[in-house]
Amino acid sequence: MLKITHKVKDENGIHARPAGLLATESKKFKSEIFVEKGDKKANAGKIFEVMSLCVKGGEEIVITINGDDEAKAFDALAIFLEKNL
Amino acid sequence: MKVLKGKGASAKIAFGKLIFANKQKSVKRFRVVDVEAETVKYKNAVETAIKEIQELYEKAVVEVGETNAEIFNMHKVMLEDEDFSGSVINIIESQEVNAEFAVASTGENFSNMFLSMEDEYMRERSRDVKDISDRLIRILSGEKEAFEEIKEPSIVAAEDLTPSETVKMDKSKVIGIVTKKGSLNSHTAILARSMGIPAIVNIEELGSEFSGKYAIADGFKGELYVEPDDATINKYLELKEEQRKKEKLLEKIKGVKCKTSKGKDIMLYANIGDLSEVGNCLENDAEGIGLFRSEFLYLKANKEPTEEEQFIAYKTVAENMGGRRVIIRTMDIGADKQVDYLNLKKESNPALGYRAIRICLDRPSMFKKQLSAILRAAAYGKIAVMFPMISSENEVIQALGYLKEVKEELNKKGIPIDENIDVGIMIETPAAALIANKLAKYVKFFSIGTNDLTQYTLACDRENLSVEKYCNPNHEAVYKLIEMTVKAAHNNGIWVGVCGELASDLDAAEKLIKIGVDELSVSPSALLPLKEKILSI
Repeated sequence: MLKITHKVKDENGIHARPAGLLATESKKFKSEIFVEKGDKKANAGKIFEVMSLCVKGGEEIVITINGDDEAKAFDALAIFLEKNL
Repeated sequence: MKVLKGKGASAKIAFGKLIFANKQKSVKRFRVVDVEAETVKYKNAVETAIKEIQELYEKAVVEVGETNAEIFNMHKVMLEDEDFSGSVINIIESQEVNAEFAVASTGENFSNMFLSMEDEYMRERSRDVKDISDRLIRILSGEKEAFEEIKEPSIVAAEDLTPSETVKMDKSKVIGIVTKKGSLNSHTAILARSMGIPAIVNIEELGSEFSGKYAIADGFKGELYVEPDDATINKYLELKEEQRKKEKLLEKIKGVKCKTSKGKDIMLYANIGDLSEVGNCLENDAEGIGLFRSEFLYLKANKEPTEEEQFIAYKTVAENMGGRRVIIRTMDIGADKQVDYLNLKKESNPALGYRAIRICLDRPSMFKKQLSAILRAAAYGKIAVMFPMISSENEVIQALGYLKEVKEELNKKGIPIDENIDVGIMIETPAAALIANKLAKYVKFFSIGTNDLTQYTLACDRENLSVEKYCNPNHEAVYKLIEMTVKAAHNNGIWVGVCGELASDLDAAEKLIKIGVDELSVSPSALLPLKEKILSI
């Protein structure tokens, strides 16, 4: 299992647009990808679940990746987070 | 005539017949025997919906640009979401009911989830859920899309509109949008603005009894005049004509480089007093901000603004202006303004008193705080700083001294700044104009504040109506001082601009340019006519 800890730079937090992009990105991989905020957890491929985490700008999230293609997913998501969140 | 009030969401004017959308049909719930077939029906509807949304996305990219069109991509992701379809299929299977009902139920649940959130942005997303639910229901029941049947140019009225419905609007038939619900930041409002369709939202009294009636929609003030009387009609015909002229002008000269017909480049900037005016600047084609009055930060609370507060404000302007120059004037307040925490003693002559740079040089910690915020913000855009009310070399030397101290302190802490920030001063006292030659050696530019320069030169109080006739901004004495300043500036290789009201007087502007002024900074609404004038000089 691989982890990425990321502080959300976008002052709007994880609003609809990045949540949608994150879902699309996550679904490209076979691995199970979750977004954690504090003790709340959401499946990254499910836009409604992610949005209901209500992640705000400046908050920290942890992305966990578990699966055969976790290395590839890790790289892709690290870039994604840097660019979009 | 009935006047209905709402919030102006898209600042334009429309004349037309109100046509109401008959959308709210309730979804029927009925038992279904072949649950599998119903599930397949749902899945097919999802595919059709995704195709429709792809078309909408493409239309939106053309109409309103990629960023605003993004919401349709989001709709696509929502349609494909496992939780959403899981819920629909679950309802079909467990309750053995029709797909429309399952979709409506699911849509309502998810919509409510968003509505219960604290964040306004998130609450707005409930509308997106409604949009995709409605679309699926419409496809499932084989109905036509709303508004396909409008024959003549009309003002569309509805309880609410989804983003899809807004984007689909044929601009030749839909000349205005008015809704009972909705907020200024909803995607619908944003789309209407981007598409240039007049819109008013949140009209509480809007009802279908007004259907078919002639109306005027004022998207500026947020007022809908149903069956307007002649006086109102005439007033709006005039306003609409003005608006049309302005738009033609804008189209003609927006983006055209501001230079005289002889080819002299003139920097055309805007004067603003707070963050909300930046949008106006950009819309009116300002090449930069020639005067950003920082006082609003000091006037809005009962204590001195923190460095962070200031930093955020300056950074925001710089970023929004996207690389165009922003000249921030350090605090210019005197005893004529009510600022308790500054503890300014009452003065009989505040215009000639303890104000602006005089206060700042006396209160280094406050001054350095502002300079620090400006230097830090300058790392995010093209910011310049300017000192007001200068009347001697000594003041400039002191101010520059503090600036240097702050730079050193920030560099030591490793905080990013603009090391080479441009520094200028305002020439608004006769003294400054008369020694401009000496002052020019210390700075990169001058900005002539003609309002104050006029009052100090002609010895008349700007605020005193009984001497109004003496306060002539076109007085030759004032022009002499301006000429002196321009000469001094150019002799020392620096540029000089005018940020006072004189610049927006078209004839005066021509004189100023002929004298050799390099930059004019005016209020945003004066930009376009001024640009038109400059191009003809």
